[in-house]
Amino acid sequence: MTNAITIEHVNKVYDGKVTALKDVSFNVEEGEVFGLVGPDGAGKSTLFNILTTLLLPDSGKISLLGMDVINEYKSVRQIIGYLPGVFSLYPDLSVEENLQFFAVMYKSSIEENMELIRPIWKQISPFSDRKAGKLSGGMKQKLALCCALIHCPKILFLDEPTTGVDPVSRKEFWDILKSIRTQGITVVVSTPYMDEATRCDRIAMIQEGQILGINTPSAFIRDFQGKLYTFRSENIFSLLNIMEQCPLRCNYYPYGEHCHIAFYDDVATALPQFEQFLQEQGQSHGEIIAIDPSVEDCFIEIVQMRNALNQTQP
Amino acid sequence: MNSIEVHDLTKQFGAFTAVNHISFEVREGEIFGFLGANGAGKTTAIKMMSGLLQPTSGTAIIAGYDVRTQSKLIKRNIGYMSQRFSLYNDLTVFENMQLFGTIYKIPRKELKERIHTSLKELDMDQHANTLVEAIPLGWKQKLAFATAILHRPKIVFLDEPTSGVDPIVRREFWKLIYDTASTGVTILVTTHYMDEAEYCNRISIMAEGELKLIGTPDELKKKMAATTINDVFVKFVRR
Repeated sequence: MTNAITIEHVNKVYDGKVTALKDVSFNVEEGEVFGLVGPDGAGKSTLFNILTTLLLPDSGKISLLGMDVINEYKSVRQIIGYLPGVFSLYPDLSVEENLQFFAVMYKSSIEENMELIRPIWKQISPFSDRKAGKLSGGMKQKLALCCALIHCPKILFLDEPTTGVDPVSRKEFWDILKSIRTQGITVVVSTPYMDEATRCDRIAMIQEGQILGINTPSAFIRDFQGKLYTFRSENIFSLLNIMEQCPLRCNYYPYGEHCHIAFYDDVATALPQFEQFLQEQGQSHGEIIAIDPSVEDCFIEIVQMRNALNQTQP
Repeated sequence: MNSIEVHDLTKQFGAFTAVNHISFEVREGEIFGFLGANGAGKTTAIKMMSGLLQPTSGTAIIAGYDVRTQSKLIKRNIGYMSQRFSLYNDLTVFENMQLFGTIYKIPRKELKERIHTSLKELDMDQHANTLVEAIPLGWKQKLAFATAILHRPKIVFLDEPTSGVDPIVRREFWKLIYDTASTGVTILVTTHYMDEAEYCNRISIMAEGELKLIGTPDELKKKMAATTINDVFVKFVRR
């Protein structure tokens, strides 16, 4: 596999005080859907802006298909498509005019690359005369995606395309990404939704400007350190207070309608001890069942371990 | 007792009906999840319930006051926090709380005490004099919530309060919601995280301006023959 993107030791500090990126290094392979997963403020957008030649890093080296993002920025811009985190189309132009504008800017035409965008365009073409500013959120995103694809880029950058989007539209958007992937376009996408991470080939978990880990979703799940169990309780949040007194090495948290607990001791002894603890605290609960972790469980574990490490090494 | 009583509430913008005859009640101290697809009419409904927008027809009694005639009293008795939280970046943590507390006319000495208690509960008392722009997003979110309840409102409206925060902070935020509700404060919350919908006592789902489903998470799952609220939502909106 050749690399579409290589990132080596990238740092970025704003105004000499706010560290946005701290020694970030990773590669993205050609043709893969690569996810950057992390909360707002983790540095995702800063990284996108550097990768798309809009912002200079303080140090480090980045190349896209062998081209340097600083010295060869003009060539880089020809081969990338970028959907920024904020709506950046012209609200006063119609849907079709926006698309035409982006095609012309890249010296292309709508007809030339219609094949690539056809599945998405079909959904918005009934509104082709409507002003882009008057579209619903989901439609705006689809138009923005068409505009980012209309020059047939080799690498597509999507900065939080589904934030604030409802679950149904989110699923539709990811179905579209899947079809783009089959065209051989490399996709780098950021999201705060952990469930979307499983739809990427590989993901990088990022927090406070640092990469916490890079792997396939299934490898993250395989490498989960604890033994994870789930159960039902009437008091999933008040259990948080009670668990502070639990002597076991474990991590408890609510997870939808369920409670999750990861044990870091031998479960053969930890599990009965935990059941006894709940009983002593007068907590009734459903059956405690072993389960496979989700990417969200993995993120929680990795962040908790990192926080614990930071506390012991000030 | 009900904190929110909405009956046939409707809002039309010209020919477009944003909210179409919705009716529901929320009990005192309940955590009520107000769900729906983008553009379903949630924000318009919340604006009417908080006295910011006059309904075209129908009634809403919020904390005992009528949205048509007593919107000032409603504003005094509710708290509101949106995803674009309204903290001032160039004021300190303390100053932000002071500003909102003063707007709500909390007496100066009382206000100071409340701010200190609140910051202590958030574990932020060390950072009272830090500029808001310098604190992490998760803290801002919790601070925005604490600020929204400083005047001890009877109801708090939370519009996507956890949008974009990490999984640990989301749970910390929900712990705050639970603690607040347990003191009798009613919470109406919107979210696109379906696991959070499971944390609500009851939820409703809006689509195309109508309130289509309402019940406990378990009731809705049973009704729609689904295993999670995400499935309920997808099944429902796709219909």
